[in-house]
Amino acid sequence: MHGFANPKRFLTIARPLTPALLVLGSLLLFGSLAYGLFAAPAERLQGETVRILFVHVPAAWLGMAGWSVIAMASIAEIVWRHPLAAIAGRAAAVPGAMFTAICLATGSLWGRPAWGTWWEWDGRLTSMLVLLFLYFGYIALAGATAREGVSSRISAIFGIVGVINVPVIHYSVLWWYSIHQPPSLSMGKSAMAPEFLWPLLAATLGFSLIFSAVVLMRMRALLADAQAEARLRRKALDSDRRPTQGEW
Amino acid sequence: MTEGATSHPLKKAKHQRLALVVVAVVALVAAALIATWALRNQASFFYVPSEIVSDPPPAGQAVRLGGMVETGSLVTKPDGVTIDFVVGDGDARVPVEYKGIVPDLFQEGSGVVAEGRMLANGTFRADTLLAKHDENYIPRELQDMTAAQKQAAIEETTK
Repeated sequence: MHGFANPKRFLTIARPLTPALLVLGSLLLFGSLAYGLFAAPAERLQGETVRILFVHVPAAWLGMAGWSVIAMASIAEIVWRHPLAAIAGRAAAVPGAMFTAICLATGSLWGRPAWGTWWEWDGRLTSMLVLLFLYFGYIALAGATAREGVSSRISAIFGIVGVINVPVIHYSVLWWYSIHQPPSLSMGKSAMAPEFLWPLLAATLGFSLIFSAVVLMRMRALLADAQAEARLRRKALDSDRRPTQGEW
Repeated sequence: MTEGATSHPLKKAKHQRLALVVVAVVALVAAALIATWALRNQASFFYVPSEIVSDPPPAGQAVRLGGMVETGSLVTKPDGVTIDFVVGDGDARVPVEYKGIVPDLFQEGSGVVAEGRMLANGTFRADTLLAKHDENYIPRELQDMTAAQKQAAIEETTK
């Protein structure tokens, strides 16, 4: 872990990894989504609307995985003071929020034909909306602490506290009676026909690779930002120390 | 990298922070479990028939009733838009009446969530019907198979 503490070493790995993840993820994603849209069969009860599955489920997974990344980065920051941890947490927040929003939007579009409603204040739906608001809070907090030069440990604590919502989302359909059906996929078991299962797994992997690529890109951008700022600060200090030409 | 050079007090501080985070996470999980346990009834989206039967809500109070539409119970009244059916959960059954358009996925043997109120005669009058589908995703082609073929295909899927 601490081998990557040096931003230079991180960059030598992140630079070639980003395009590789992006290309592989896009290929997987376009293949599986094309199959899902055009070749997958209609579902017994839901008919053609089942195709939204191939976007909705990966988006939900990445919305929750994004916050898990934030929580792990937050712990790494607080316990080990890993210098890249705060940057990793901030980098995962925006794509995580994006996928949570996609999950909510596609779920709403799917709920209208399947259940007969755009939105219900159900345990699963509400906890997912809470996740989106947690993301907004984290993005605002992490941005503010970085801007004001305050310790990023404040947002790290928020990231750890917020992770409690992730298992609540997962178990909401098991603990409480919910309009949302229980998970179709659990450890080694699937209630999905292979025609739906395999493209779904491929789409999930594709979205995840693209998510990782975006996180790496954002980490590099945040690192570059920090370096540019440090350089500016150094320059300002130097010009303070040296008498400027105007005074001579 | 600097691990080998780390002096003893720094390592101790690291362990203290780790312990602190572990304690904080355990406390958080405990608090969340207690909260969800306390919320177990309030956070449910609907009541199942056995809850409605054993502890009936006051007549006229708005509640949601969820369960399976019992096979063979669905009757369409002569006006064509009023339907009667029975919602069951294996233990108890509640008769439901509803007037209006039903969702596409509403059918016998499938899940339903009805919003409405209990009438004095023990019937549930629904104002809104929501369909609830289960976790199974099965292609439409399987519908035309024989029962044995279908079972084989489903078993292959859930293996």
